[in-house]
Amino acid sequence: MNQGIAFYAIFFAAIFTNNILLTNYLGMCSFLAVSREVKTSQGLGMAVTFVLAVTSVLNWLAYRYILLPLDLVYLRYIVFIVIIAAFVQLLEMIIERVSDQLYSSLGIFLPLITVNCAILGVSLFMVIRNYTLINSFFYGLGSGIGWALAIISMAGIRQKMAKSRVPKGLAGAGITLIIAGLMALAFMGFSGMIKIT
Amino acid sequence: METFKIKRVFSEDLGLNNPVFAQILGICSTLAVTNVVKNTVVMCAGLIFVTALSNLTVSFMRNVMPSRIRMMVETLIIASYVIIVDIILRAYLPDISRQLGPYVGLIITNCIIMGRAEAFALNNPPGLSFLDGIASGMGYSYVLLCIAVFRELLGSGSIWGIKVLGEWWTNWSIMVMAPGAFFMLAIFIWIVKGAKERSKE
Repeated sequence: MNQGIAFYAIFFAAIFTNNILLTNYLGMCSFLAVSREVKTSQGLGMAVTFVLAVTSVLNWLAYRYILLPLDLVYLRYIVFIVIIAAFVQLLEMIIERVSDQLYSSLGIFLPLITVNCAILGVSLFMVIRNYTLINSFFYGLGSGIGWALAIISMAGIRQKMAKSRVPKGLAGAGITLIIAGLMALAFMGFSGMIKIT
Repeated sequence: METFKIKRVFSEDLGLNNPVFAQILGICSTLAVTNVVKNTVVMCAGLIFVTALSNLTVSFMRNVMPSRIRMMVETLIIASYVIIVDIILRAYLPDISRQLGPYVGLIITNCIIMGRAEAFALNNPPGLSFLDGIASGMGYSYVLLCIAVFRELLGSGSIWGIKVLGEWWTNWSIMVMAPGAFFMLAIFIWIVKGAKERSKE
């Protein structure tokens, strides 16, 4: 067990130095598709943060108490993806019952989340790095916040850019990727502050 | 008739409509593994294997799958093949498997595989679906390889781990890090889209 790292270090590292999107490239598909407006990206960012925080704990429990004792570690991909899908489905049903407003702001993003590779990626990283339960929770939460931060700032930039003239071939995905590259450069300024591996 | 169909499958998946360029799908792993050519080749082989066989399986099961849960079934099929790839890699290429880390597992959430299963394998016979899987896997692979060659060449002055550029070359270390991947893919998309626009005119 990796007891050496304090949970707050992991938390901040996941947001800034090891941003799941800008250094590990996870969750790019929805990042490119949904980052047109600040409002929708806020919704998606919140949904991802919440799902990440919960599923990283659920997957940690499943891994530690079901897969390891039964020696079924090689089944972890299937187990993780089923847990994520089931949780998202459940969440969607609950939100639909409880609040219409929340459903229209968050619920519509939930189906997108099952196929967001950031969710599965965080669970796999946490297993590889041998985090404890508390560290996994903060890693999931931090990654979610980092992802939300990246997509919301990207949406802000893209909204400002909507009226500027972009070369034809670059419009859309191309320019978004270049901005993402610049953001990654900026986030690299944080590296060296905290390091997690 | 059959050969015509096969040809169309290949030309569509390998040409400019290829999934990475046209729909910007499945780029998570495009970016993550392309800093070294060797890793990219392994990753691509794994991806072609998974795409082809999951397309084949989905196509065999397309008439018995209840449509409400078909996404779940497809995901499970894909996940099983990814597990096979993961185990093989860990047994025969342990170094590369360690370097690829979680990205092998993330083949599951690569939208290209799911996309092909949904768009092609659900409506086509097994043989053709298998070929479509190979073709779209190859289309994805050559984009990855192009990017990987440039990134490794500029970032460490080598290709396949062999020094090509000699001593005078200063490594652009930015190319093997995250921003380089974003820039490289953007440039590729720019070139391809530009070519498309020109051919339209």
